[in-house]
Amino acid sequence: MRTSRSELILGRLLLAAALILTLLPLISMLSAALQPADRNPTGIVWPTDPQWGNFVTAFEVGNVWRLMTSSAFIVLGVVPASMLIATLAGYALGALAPKGGRAVLIFFVAGLTIPFEALIIPLYYQSQSLGTLNTPWAVIFPLLGLFMPFSVFWMRAHFINVPRELSEAARVDGASVLQEFRQIQLPLALPALSALAILLFLWTWNQFLLPVVLIADPLDRTVAGALTFFQGQYSLSIPLLNAGALLIITPAIVVFLIFQRQFVRALLQGAVKG
Amino acid sequence: MQKAATGPVRRRSVGRDETTAAGSTSAGPVAAAAKQGKRKRPGRAGYVAWLMLLPALAVYVGFVVVPLGMGLQYSFYDWNGVGVATFAGLENYLQVVTDPELLGSILNALTLIIYFTLIPIGVGLILASLIRSMRQGLLSSAAQTILFLPQIVPLAAAGIAWSWMYAQTGTVNQFLSAVGLGGITRSWLADYGTALPAVGLIGSWVLTGLCTVLLLTGIGKIDSSLYEAVRLDGAGWWREFFTVTLPGLRQEIAVLATLTIIAALSSFDIIYTSTQGGPGRTTLVPGISIFRIGFTQSDVGLASAFGIVLMVLVLLVVLPIQRLSKVND
Repeated sequence: MRTSRSELILGRLLLAAALILTLLPLISMLSAALQPADRNPTGIVWPTDPQWGNFVTAFEVGNVWRLMTSSAFIVLGVVPASMLIATLAGYALGALAPKGGRAVLIFFVAGLTIPFEALIIPLYYQSQSLGTLNTPWAVIFPLLGLFMPFSVFWMRAHFINVPRELSEAARVDGASVLQEFRQIQLPLALPALSALAILLFLWTWNQFLLPVVLIADPLDRTVAGALTFFQGQYSLSIPLLNAGALLIITPAIVVFLIFQRQFVRALLQGAVKG
Repeated sequence: MQKAATGPVRRRSVGRDETTAAGSTSAGPVAAAAKQGKRKRPGRAGYVAWLMLLPALAVYVGFVVVPLGMGLQYSFYDWNGVGVATFAGLENYLQVVTDPELLGSILNALTLIIYFTLIPIGVGLILASLIRSMRQGLLSSAAQTILFLPQIVPLAAAGIAWSWMYAQTGTVNQFLSAVGLGGITRSWLADYGTALPAVGLIGSWVLTGLCTVLLLTGIGKIDSSLYEAVRLDGAGWWREFFTVTLPGLRQEIAVLATLTIIAALSSFDIIYTSTQGGPGRTTLVPGISIFRIGFTQSDVGLASAFGIVLMVLVLLVVLPIQRLSKVND
C-alpha cells in the first residue's frame, strides 16, 4: 500500500488533535479539582499550590465509600445473575434449538430497541407495588430484565457457533444435557462470558436513570446516579464537585486501563451484535 | 405494544412444549436418543431447553414486558399516581402530538441526531481513513485507549465535566480568549442560542471515539487489493475514500447509526446533569419531559403516553436502517 507522506502527517496531526480533545474535559476537571476549594477556578491552569486535600474532603463529605459499597451491591446483584440466566437461555436457543426457539429469540431481540426512558414510569409504580422502591432491588430486578435481551442474544451468538459434533460426542459418552453443559460448554464459553461480564459491569456501574428515579436516598444509588447528589452538595464549590466526580469515575477507568484490550473488543463486538 | 399482546401467547406455548416434550421423554430412554444421534433434537432436550429458557423469560416478561403493558394501560388514563384514574381515551396521545412543549422536546431530540450521529460518524470516517496506513505504533495503540475513555465515563459525569468546560470561567472561554475570540465568550449552556448545540457536542465527544475505532476495525477487513487497484488507477484520496472505503464500511455505518440515533433520541443523563432541559425549554428532550411530567407534575397518563410515543419514534427511525443494511449486505 502506498500512502503519501503528507497523508501520513495529516493523519497523525488529526489523530493527535482528536486525542487532545478527548482528554480535555478530564484534564479540565483535574485542573479545577486542584484549585482552592473556596474560589471560582479559571479554565485549565496548573495550580502553583495543588490542593490534593480536595479529594480527601470530597471523599468524606460525599460519602464516597458508602456510594462505592452500594454500587458494588447493585453490580453484584445484576452481573452474576444476568450471566447465569443468559447463559442458560443462550445455550438453549443456540445449541438445543427447541421448537419455537426462533419465536423466543425474536421476542427477546424486539426488547433491544426499547429505550429505558419509555419504561421508567411503569417501573416506578411496579417497584412501589412490589415494595422494593428505595431499596437496591428496585434497580437490580429491572436491570436483570432490561439487559436480558442483549445478554441472551450475545450468549446465543456464542453457542450457535460451537460445533454440534461436540455435544453429540458427549451424549454418546452418556453425559446428560446438564453434565455436557457444565463440563464442556461452559469452559468453552469463557471468553464470551468475560466480555459479557465487562459490558454488564460497565452498564450497571454507569446506570443513571433507574437509580435516580427508583432510589430516593442518593447514597444508596449507583455511583453514576449519585452524581446528582454531588451537584447539590458542592453547588457552591466547583473544585470540590470536580474532585468528587473524578473520585467516582476513577474505579471504572482503573478497571478499564487494566483490561483495556478486552474492554475495547467487548465494546466493539457489543456494538455489532447490539 | 406488540409485546404486551404476545406475552400470554408465549407463556401458553411454553406450557404446550413442556407437555409434548415430557411425553416423548417417557417414551424414549437415553440409549434410544443416543442411537438416533442423527435426529435433529431428542425430545428430552426440548424439555430441558424450555426449562433453561424459563428464568430469562421470567425476568424479561416480569420487568420489561409487564411494565410495557402497564405503561400502555396508564397512557389511556388520567391519573396523578395516587388518586382515582379516569379513562381518557386517546386524549394523552393527542396532547403529546399537539402540545408545543412536548413537540419541541421531540424536535430537540431529532436535532441532537446531528451531534450524536452525523458528527461522530463523519469525524470517525475521516480519522479512520486517514490513520488506516499507520495502525501500528505507539500513537495508534495509545489512541485506542484514549478514544475509548468517554465510553467508560458515566454519561452523567460527562455532563458535569462539560458544564464546567462551558462555564463563564471555564476552559472553552479560556481557549477562545487566548486565540483572540474573547468577544464571543459566554456561559454556553445558559445561552438560549447555544445551549442545544453545546449539549449536542457533549454527545459528539462521547461517541466519536467509539465510531472511529469501530470504523477502523471495519477498514481492516476491506481487501487491501481493492486499495492497490484504485491507486494503480491513479485515484487520489477522495476517490479512494468514495469508491473503496465508504462502500466497504456500509455495515459498520448502519450499526453505528442505529446505536447513536437511539442515544440521541433517548438522551437523558447528559442533559439532566448539564442543563436539566434549560434555559427555557431549549434543551428539553423526551427523557427529561417524561421524568418531569411523570414525577414532578404527577401526570402519569401523559408521561406514559409520551414514553410509548418515544418507543415508536425509535422504532420508526431504527427499523428502516436495519432494512437498508440488510438489503445492501
